[in-house]
Amino acid sequence: MPVLWRQTKGDGGERRLFRAAALPLRKVMLMSHNKQGVERVVQGVFLMLGLVTVACVLLITLFMVLSGLPAIGKIGLTDFLLGKEWAPTSAEPSYGILPFILTSIYGTAGAVLLGVPVGFLTAVYLAKAAPRRVRTVMEAAVSLLAGIPSVVYGLVGMLVLVPAIRRVFDVPDGSSLLAAIIVLAIMILPSIIKVSMTALEAVPREYEDASLALGATPTETYFRVSVPAARSGIAAAVVLGVGRAIGEAMAVVMVSGNVANMPSLFQSVRFLTAAVSSEMSYAADGLQREALFSIALVLFLFIMLINGALNFFLKRSKEG
Amino acid sequence: MQSHKLSIRRRVYIGCMRALMWAAGGLTCALVLFLIVYILAKGLPNLSWQLLSTQPSYLEDTVGILPDILNTVYVVLCTLVIVLPVGVGAAVYLTEYASNKKLVAVIEYAAEILSGIPSIIYGFVGMMIFCVFFQMRTSLLAGSLTLVIMNLPTIMRTTQESLKTVPQSYREGAFGLGAGKWRVIRTVVLPGCVDGVITGCILSVGRIVGETAALLYTAGFAHVIHGFFDGLGTSGATLTVALYVYAKEFGEFEVAFAIASILLLLTLVINLTATLVGHYFKRRREQ
Repeated sequence: MPVLWRQTKGDGGERRLFRAAALPLRKVMLMSHNKQGVERVVQGVFLMLGLVTVACVLLITLFMVLSGLPAIGKIGLTDFLLGKEWAPTSAEPSYGILPFILTSIYGTAGAVLLGVPVGFLTAVYLAKAAPRRVRTVMEAAVSLLAGIPSVVYGLVGMLVLVPAIRRVFDVPDGSSLLAAIIVLAIMILPSIIKVSMTALEAVPREYEDASLALGATPTETYFRVSVPAARSGIAAAVVLGVGRAIGEAMAVVMVSGNVANMPSLFQSVRFLTAAVSSEMSYAADGLQREALFSIALVLFLFIMLINGALNFFLKRSKEG
Repeated sequence: MQSHKLSIRRRVYIGCMRALMWAAGGLTCALVLFLIVYILAKGLPNLSWQLLSTQPSYLEDTVGILPDILNTVYVVLCTLVIVLPVGVGAAVYLTEYASNKKLVAVIEYAAEILSGIPSIIYGFVGMMIFCVFFQMRTSLLAGSLTLVIMNLPTIMRTTQESLKTVPQSYREGAFGLGAGKWRVIRTVVLPGCVDGVITGCILSVGRIVGETAALLYTAGFAHVIHGFFDGLGTSGATLTVALYVYAKEFGEFEVAFAIASILLLLTLVINLTATLVGHYFKRRREQ
């Protein structure tokens, strides 16, 4: 039986709450029929608000599929997905998006390859080894990294990274896949660090104590006990990073040169996201515009796939 | 310290791992420091009162970002006003009303899907639904509505988390005193989840301020000063969109960096507020 009127410090607020709830007691008893009607209406309203999310998801999915399919039908699925040339405005237009798909895959893979080791090691350091003060400061730094808008990354990439790549590798244009990979790697760092840290902190203390008691040093314990125990959560962090990287548009548009080449490290390339956004403003009605819808659909399917994987890993890490 | 020495292999392994950890942590730190210093060094000298307080003029060939600042404020306000009731209502439904476990799972799964969709897709769908289908044209309202869908999961999640911390005995006490469900929610449950709502608001503001891709084709990129309600009906650039347009289309990097430094400072302020508010509520709860 919970004690409702305990005389504690935080009691004033509680008491006020209950008084507010209790005052109309007599009224409630008098108008209970009317009241039930109100209750039903209120419940209906809350149900509607709860269903807004579901409606949004259905609407977005339905819309993406309906608007994306016609162009694929007209172009042909294989020509669309495996065609190597994107030239919607030439005399004999061709609508192959293989360059975009491959660029997105290579770019994301590159970003993960660079970003995951750094993010993972940073997370282990912060979650396990770092002194408290270092940890507080660096957590703030990581949050800042997560909060900086993507256009700011794009801007810095445009003015620092692109010229640097041009100079170091002696290529005519620094706007390239490599620049995009580096920017993406930096942008996925905070998500990887944060999710991995959460997973590492959830490792039961007993595991580590047992390992230490058996004579392992702290560093060995972190990497041979804590990390394997947190592997599902760390996998979720990587998948989250993949999702972020494949969906990023603005920063990538600003540093990748935005030309529909087949991907190559030092050439200007165009990502799926960039393909959707860059022709949107001037694509005339007709097949070119419809093809953009189809590209968006392909991107959407990629994201759904990654979301599915993410949920799988998150669930597994929750179940421990 | 230890009576026997560790084998060489173990010592090498430990040394390598420690070095790698340090290197990674140091790299992350250096990166953040470089970004802060570089952006502020390039941006702050270009910040002037004239830039902050005027609108761009082709006649005098000056650039001002006051309209962009106002647009950002309008979009933030409009989005929050719409998303708050919906998000909080959905969270209340999930924790207080829903008895059907399957329905709860479906709604929560939908929220997860929404939070995983990248902003460029939101921009694209928002443009087609709000601007074309509902004929709002490119306007701040269309942009805000797009952002509402984007931020719905955030508000829902934070509210839900804090609703779960309202002690069950409060509800039982109120029910025992004869209050109906709606009255309990209004007087006992909702006041108890203020911290979640505020945290969600701060997170959302951060996301809205930093958003570009979803706004570029829904809210457009005009730079004219409007009042709040006029502004909602017309096209306008927020700070991030303005940065993109100035950097990518016009090559005006001074203005772009000035905006970037404002955005960086804003991010700092928002993060700091989030931390402080979090501490405040945590302390209040522990009392």
